[in-house]
Amino acid sequence: MEAMNMQLSRRQLMKLSGVGAAGSALGAFGFGGAEEAMAQAVRPFKLARATETRNTCPYCSVSCGMILYSLGDRSKNTRSEIFHVEGDPDNPVNRGTLCPKGAGVLDFIRAKTRVKHPMYRAPGAKEFKQVSWDWAMERIARLMKEDRDKNFVVANKDGVTVNRWPTTGFLAGCATSNEAGWLTWKTVRGLGLVLVENQARI
Amino acid sequence: MATLQSLDLKRRSATAGTPPAARQTLEVSKLIDISKCIGCKACQVACMEWNDLRAEVGEVHGYYDNPGDLSPSTWTMMRYTERDNPDTGDLEWLIRKDGCMHCSDPGCLKACPSPGAIVQYSNGIVDFVSENCIGCGYCVKGCPFNIPRISQTDNKAYKCTLCSDRVAVGQAPACVKACPTQALVFGSKEDMIVHAQGRVADLKSRGYKNAGLYDPPGVGGTHVMYVLHHADQPQLYAGLPNQPRISPLVELWKGAAKNVGLIGIGFAAFFGFMHYVVNGPNRVSKEDEEAAVKLKEGGK
Amino acid sequence: MTNSWTDIKNADLVLIMGGNAAEAHPCGFKWVAEAKAHKGAKLLVVDPRFTRSAAVSDLYCPIRAGTDTAYLLGIINYLLSTGKYHADYVKHFTNAAYIVKDEFAFNAEEGLYSGYNAEKRSYDRASWDYEMGEDGFAVRDMTLEHPRSVFQLLKQHVARYTPEMVERICGSPKEKFLKVCEHVASTGNGEKSMTIMYALGWTQHSYGSQTIRTAAMLQLMLGNMGVPGGGVNALRGHSNVQGLTDIGLLSQSTPGYLGMPRDAEPTLSAHLGNRNFRPLQANQISYWQNYGKFYVSLLKAMYGKAATAENEFGYAWLPKVDLSYDALHQFDLMHQGKINGYVCQGFNPLLSVPNKGKMRAALSKLKFLVSIDPLETETARFWENHGEFNDIDSAKVQTEVFMLPATCFAEDEGSFTNSSRTLNWRWKAADGPGEARTDTVIIADLFLRIRDLYAKEGGAAPEPIMSVDWTYIKPSDPSPDELLREMNGKALVDLKDPADPTKILRRAGEQVDGFAQLRDDGSTMCACWIYSGAYTEAGNLTARRDASDPSGLGVHPKWGFTWPANRRILYNRASADPSGKPWSVKKQYIHWNGSRWVGPDVPDFVPTSAPEKSAGPFIMNPEGVSRLFARKLMAEGPFPEHYEPFESPVTNVLHPKTPTNPAARVFKGDMEVFGGVKDFPYVATTYRLVEHFHYWTKHAKLNAIIQPEFFVEISPELAKEKGVKNGGWVRVFSNRGSVKAKAVVTKRIPVLTVDGKKVHTVGMPIHFGFVGETKKSFGVNTLTPFVGDANTQTPEYKAFLVDIEPLSSGPAIS
Repeated sequence: MEAMNMQLSRRQLMKLSGVGAAGSALGAFGFGGAEEAMAQAVRPFKLARATETRNTCPYCSVSCGMILYSLGDRSKNTRSEIFHVEGDPDNPVNRGTLCPKGAGVLDFIRAKTRVKHPMYRAPGAKEFKQVSWDWAMERIARLMKEDRDKNFVVANKDGVTVNRWPTTGFLAGCATSNEAGWLTWKTVRGLGLVLVENQARI
Repeated sequence: MATLQSLDLKRRSATAGTPPAARQTLEVSKLIDISKCIGCKACQVACMEWNDLRAEVGEVHGYYDNPGDLSPSTWTMMRYTERDNPDTGDLEWLIRKDGCMHCSDPGCLKACPSPGAIVQYSNGIVDFVSENCIGCGYCVKGCPFNIPRISQTDNKAYKCTLCSDRVAVGQAPACVKACPTQALVFGSKEDMIVHAQGRVADLKSRGYKNAGLYDPPGVGGTHVMYVLHHADQPQLYAGLPNQPRISPLVELWKGAAKNVGLIGIGFAAFFGFMHYVVNGPNRVSKEDEEAAVKLKEGGK
Repeated sequence: MTNSWTDIKNADLVLIMGGNAAEAHPCGFKWVAEAKAHKGAKLLVVDPRFTRSAAVSDLYCPIRAGTDTAYLLGIINYLLSTGKYHADYVKHFTNAAYIVKDEFAFNAEEGLYSGYNAEKRSYDRASWDYEMGEDGFAVRDMTLEHPRSVFQLLKQHVARYTPEMVERICGSPKEKFLKVCEHVASTGNGEKSMTIMYALGWTQHSYGSQTIRTAAMLQLMLGNMGVPGGGVNALRGHSNVQGLTDIGLLSQSTPGYLGMPRDAEPTLSAHLGNRNFRPLQANQISYWQNYGKFYVSLLKAMYGKAATAENEFGYAWLPKVDLSYDALHQFDLMHQGKINGYVCQGFNPLLSVPNKGKMRAALSKLKFLVSIDPLETETARFWENHGEFNDIDSAKVQTEVFMLPATCFAEDEGSFTNSSRTLNWRWKAADGPGEARTDTVIIADLFLRIRDLYAKEGGAAPEPIMSVDWTYIKPSDPSPDELLREMNGKALVDLKDPADPTKILRRAGEQVDGFAQLRDDGSTMCACWIYSGAYTEAGNLTARRDASDPSGLGVHPKWGFTWPANRRILYNRASADPSGKPWSVKKQYIHWNGSRWVGPDVPDFVPTSAPEKSAGPFIMNPEGVSRLFARKLMAEGPFPEHYEPFESPVTNVLHPKTPTNPAARVFKGDMEVFGGVKDFPYVATTYRLVEHFHYWTKHAKLNAIIQPEFFVEISPELAKEKGVKNGGWVRVFSNRGSVKAKAVVTKRIPVLTVDGKKVHTVGMPIHFGFVGETKKSFGVNTLTPFVGDANTQTPEYKAFLVDIEPLSSGPAIS
């Protein structure tokens, strides 16, 4: 008995004899206490009234259908916050399944290393500092115009109009939508860029 | 709570005389078809994501098994075994999803001294009720599959719930839903056995003559079953027990349990069990078992 | 993919080679599992590593990294020498019968085709073409017996690739290779089909395009193109890499795979004149004859009202390219200090481009760098010192760096195009964090600011910018809906039916039904002809969610929209024989019913063109048939040939004088840092792990938990030889750099015997860097060589040389 007490903490022992007595007594009276115990045991289903949004996995090109579950019902005063992601069973390709990347996509959406504000690093600086969108975009537009004005080639040596800007490049990302892709193409070719690529060959 | 009807209790730890439920509910099962498993860990991630668990980011120790073991925040994990098949000369990469087997005759529940800390629903799911858990660790010792883990943070035992919260509302467990290759299937136990038979036939047609279903009778069958290409050698799969059964020590303790609440702890055999539980090895030693069998027989 | 993810379930045999679908595309691999479980299909995996795909295969055959062309040519040789190929398909649906010009030659001793210029490292390809007849059509010999027929030339070409030679080159045991051949040959009869699934294991070599061509040739020999469960299926790597490629965000490209203007094409008529696609046989469809309609419609989408017939629809405003500005060339120019500004929109080149040292030096020479990304990337932080992992003196880097927060997929709407060419619409679930903005808002802001500056201040050539059509409802935030409508295209005036001018096909302002309605007179606009049909007057077809599949063949015709024309299997006319009957009832798909081509899919053909007209099924080619002989389209030859990687442990046993791709481009300075086998004895190869996606999921804690740290994989034999302990630290180094890693010692890395010599492989996963949740790492591309495929300039990440040594401890943690 003494050895026992040494092994079991006081709290454990108290729970053991106290709760145990009640439980067993119920049993002895012929009641299972099943419903009461169920309520205790089963975690409430956390998606009960979450908002569902259909989307597509951002990773590989299987394009698994996803359901994004978010807090709130999109009412005016609620900010939607995604808290769970599951495969979309209707999607004929993934039929509700997800791989470990897709199944973990919540932690990408909510990653600590998401960029939240425009950041600027000055020449020679050792860190980024937060800047406004307006400042950042004005500065970028100015830098690009300066470079374009200086290096734009209107005609090649044979006099052929070539309208190209060969000193600034643009790498488009393959996780942007087709629509963003087309707007990007329009923009970069409209400006005359020839240094244009995406991940397709890298 | 109509939606919870599949969760009528069948058993409750340290509780005498849980009455049989009047309602007949569907016995469920998860089938893990190892021959279709690519070891992608989608099940692992889906489990963590659904259950809001995040283990520490660990290190590589020379294997793909990450995290390295089950833990209070890792309720399922893949165990990888490389094996040269002596019959074919070919390399085999056997990948087993480890986690609670939801035994029909659950050793954890039988070992648990805390009333209602472990329950078994009539659908077969064995669930831990944290509120009632005292963190004593008996379930760890009672489990023939080495599954439960005690949290250092809140001193409670944790393991796979077979997503009882999802099953309660008619959804499959998160791991099963995610599995890309249908290596995990969920449904009635009856259907899962039929499904497994089809898989076994396919494997036999591909030359796995010992393919079979793992539903070990020593624990009354399980509600998580495996299809194995080498069902004659379950131990090949990262030490899956050949013939798991509840330790006779637990059987002994079970006999005593119904009296615990009423007359307190005073049963002589309990000392031995407690000593073993708290200080003993993970696996039941042969001597312990023999001693227990003797003790039990002597008590009759 | 020529076929689709769901179509894989129709395969009787699956060959995974140059890819690892179970690992990189698990939910696509599901359809392999489905074919195995429900169709009794067999899975073959040929790979330098015993991968997760291999773990569930019926037959695994090892191969030395970078020797896949030889392996596949070996299979073709097996088919030709045993007669186990689909003879009718080859005769009628390929160019096997075409006679090649007399001047064409291949010197097997030298490993060179006719026309080589060693100085320029390129070919004059004039001789790589058909003999032309007096009728203006290419000459054929339907008996296939003419010694200069493509069939006979191919037979002769591949005869060198015997099973013994394959074993010598690839290190693949002959018995295993022959077993693979037998399985593959079992599908060459029209009754069964094989699908080939490949990915970057084929593309990332200095001859990757030729390997993929060899696979296409193999499938043509077997009659596996255009049939359910067949095809050559490129498993694309990013969610929308298919889309961005379709939309032409590549240096030489426009939306819909038209060409950028070139200096040699000063006018639109010159540009179109180079692309007349005159049929090479009578009655051929040669669909590219419509090129001009697509091009003019694109110019109308680009320049709107400013594009007129008089100014050639603004052709001159588009930049003309004078040379290849592919990524490797861009970074080489950057390294030379010739580039001043750079924008990375969701791209992390510091980690993903070969030779990280060179890449970092290149970035340091920029005046400004802009990163538009949901995540902090290593590229955006290239100037920051991270100890051993990124050892740089920040003070010396004069680059201005901007890190702009972009929303992620969950926070905006629009479509992605998957590997099956299917566009799926996505809906927005929440706003982005902090001040994050969508890509469209950021790009529109950038364009409008620059345009305003030119409007106010003038400057170099404002006209092209001012002419861009930007008539969006809200110019600062063009909606995805408007942009997709623009890609689909619309009528600008009432379009009359050419067959019956009293009928109006489309009213002015209405969306066109598809690219067949586009015109070359400026009366239609369409930004991306292959996406035409995606957003018609019927609405946004990419948002369709009807998953029904009446045929049960995995077609799902009402789910999303698949380009072109909602067609799910390309070349599907070839599923029927020349007379229009299915080759086999088992593989029935599209057939001629006496008046039309019908089936569960949209026929890849003119729907009413009767078989008697003898139009070939490969309608994009002027021959109407597919090509076993590539004509002038490949840089290194019309037939594939085995070349070694630029860093190889062995010589080229076929032609030691030309060991490597003679047409591959190598920049000055990069040739010098290739390493030799004496100093770097082991073959290294890089790859993905299932737990991670590129350099992206290392930011996601769930993924970091399941695969936390960089490691390299070696065989127990090499570990023993080098004294490396499992789980211990090692240093791996190439002639370009050095990384430290944990060692995973595993039997899954086979040791091969190549031409009598033992060859060890060091396997290295990508994914790890110095920002994110995973343990800090160097980035595996510290080691890789800066050389690309001769056609695509995709870097040779998959086969190079390293050495390895044990370390007593890991890197100092910064």
